[in-house]
Amino acid sequence: MTASAPVGVELGAVRRRSALGERPLRWLLSVLPTLGAILVSLALFGVFVAFAGHSPLAVYAEMYRGAFGTWFSVQNSLLRAAPLMLTGLCTALPARLGLIVIGGEGALVVGGLAAAGVAIPLSGSPPTVVVGAMMLASMLAGGVWIGAAGALRVLRGVNETISSLLLAYIGIAVFNHLVEGPLRDPASLNKPSTPHIGDANMLGNLPGLDVHWGLGFGIVACVVCHVLMEHSVFGFAARMVGGNPRAARLSGLSVPRLVIVTCCLGGAAAGLAGMVEVAAIHGNANASLLAGYGYAGILVAFLAGHTPLAILPVAILLGGISASGGLLQRTFGLPDAAVNVLQGILFVVLLGSQTYRGRLRLARS
Amino acid sequence: MEDASFALGIWGVPLAIVGGALRVSAPFLFVSLGECITEKSGRVNLGLEGTLVMGAMSAYAASYWSGSPWVGVAAAGLVGALFGALHGWLCGRPRVNDIAVGIALMLFGIGLAFFLGKPLIQPTAPRLPALSLGYFSQIPQVRSALAVNALFLVGILLAPALRWALVRTRWGLIVRTVGESAEAARAMGYDVNRVRFWATAAGGVLAGIGGSFLSLFYPGSWNEGLSSGQGLMAVALVIFARWDPVRCLYASLLFGGATALGPALQSVGVSSGYYLFNAAPYALTLLIMVLSSSAHRTSVDQPAELIAAR
Repeated sequence: MTASAPVGVELGAVRRRSALGERPLRWLLSVLPTLGAILVSLALFGVFVAFAGHSPLAVYAEMYRGAFGTWFSVQNSLLRAAPLMLTGLCTALPARLGLIVIGGEGALVVGGLAAAGVAIPLSGSPPTVVVGAMMLASMLAGGVWIGAAGALRVLRGVNETISSLLLAYIGIAVFNHLVEGPLRDPASLNKPSTPHIGDANMLGNLPGLDVHWGLGFGIVACVVCHVLMEHSVFGFAARMVGGNPRAARLSGLSVPRLVIVTCCLGGAAAGLAGMVEVAAIHGNANASLLAGYGYAGILVAFLAGHTPLAILPVAILLGGISASGGLLQRTFGLPDAAVNVLQGILFVVLLGSQTYRGRLRLARS
Repeated sequence: MEDASFALGIWGVPLAIVGGALRVSAPFLFVSLGECITEKSGRVNLGLEGTLVMGAMSAYAASYWSGSPWVGVAAAGLVGALFGALHGWLCGRPRVNDIAVGIALMLFGIGLAFFLGKPLIQPTAPRLPALSLGYFSQIPQVRSALAVNALFLVGILLAPALRWALVRTRWGLIVRTVGESAEAARAMGYDVNRVRFWATAAGGVLAGIGGSFLSLFYPGSWNEGLSSGQGLMAVALVIFARWDPVRCLYASLLFGGATALGPALQSVGVSSGYYLFNAAPYALTLLIMVLSSSAHRTSVDQPAELIAAR
């Protein structure tokens, strides 16, 4: 096709290569479409807000105040970023192998349920045992949930995008069944919940912050996944499958195993997010777990280009946006879905901007 | 009424499932027919869940303001066309992934519908009329189970019409050619992106109309829990129906029946596993997908361009 002929965009700065070096420039060019997409979406959302009868600048100022304006709001944003980092990994890791998994919400829910469930028989044990068991149980449950979607893909050829979402709905139904029935704490009248895990077993705050340990889990998980994907044999093999499955198979890699293991890892991360929500925020599993962190994680992963380290800033940005939703509602009377509209616009524009990816290139010397 | 329900006894369950299938299956039917057109042209639009919810919201709004539910249906079709066109246009650009754009449009459509639909939760809009096909019976349950929406009958007629159009008409041939081999279509002088654009927009119209059914007939009101993934299940259903509009109709009835299982059992007093029965349609979809796909071969009915895109 003639359309794919190089459409090199000559940037004035590119010529002065000695001053900046080539690597930072390449990096800049690769994030340029993403930054542009963010700006375009902010402009589009501004138009949208103007139609709703509010000044876009006032809304953005208020959003900034609600997200990062004060120390309190920064901590609030970080609180929301923690589960997003983990659910972002759930989409990002399989994406490195060319799979689009969107069932993070299901893994989060069954992870939270498993964490709350395993704490019931262990009540009375030392907190380290209970917390450790909750972490393991949640990661196992989430890993099985997404791992199943990966296994169905490689063993039966089932589309993983649809199956992971169906599994999410099934997970939510199982969750509702257990929380309303067998695992219900009889004392929870208005809002069916599992029994409280006990104050001693709650995750505390990070030293010097009003932010719980979930943020630490999220950061550690992203860094570990970065090392795994970029600096390990496993990650190299996984990226090879994503780039060219046929070549990977011919060079003797076990594609099914790589896919299933990676999906399990992603699911485990999202499951851990459920445990964090239970053990650091709610204290038990109830309908509050269904807050949409799993779905927002899809956007986090795509914005981050499926690279684990980039998930960290993106999750904080989106955590900030969602943290500012409440303030928008109180100040301007905008429905809480305004944040979802902004996220949706951002997602659509970002994918549209992919058409410019790789078309901005360094001018040949 | 009391006597009749007593007389029906356990037979109330299959009756409620049949009635539920007739009531619930219309959104499945319309969305799957729409997706069928789109996929025949070689593209997947996962965003129809968002289109469905947007269609439901705009149908309710238009019906409320105009006083006519049919204006609502038209508005839903128009909004669906816009969403489909957006998907079709974006995916026509190079290096844009249709699956990912579908997910994005799904989240965008749902968010936008919740935003714009906030003031519509209270008011009551005029609903679509029902045709009572159960007029012969004295039993009220039979009568209510057989109260069928006119729009659903349109859908039933649309399925064979669409199959005919795809197989027998020039337009159908062009769409199928583009879906089977973009190269061949291009060699014959057809603009592949334009055909896919219109196929996606047409699919959006049907999905939007499917949404109007949710808000204007059953359940028949607008709220944020209106759709529970019907749009997505319908996409899976097209695979099960092997890209054939008439088989989409049968599959929709099956899915409608599965969705009605939980409420039907609850109506005769079986309520212990209510939430588990709600998972029936999802589990059924998954089971069908597992049984109907294979790791080593693809269905011969699948448009070849869909395989090439993987």
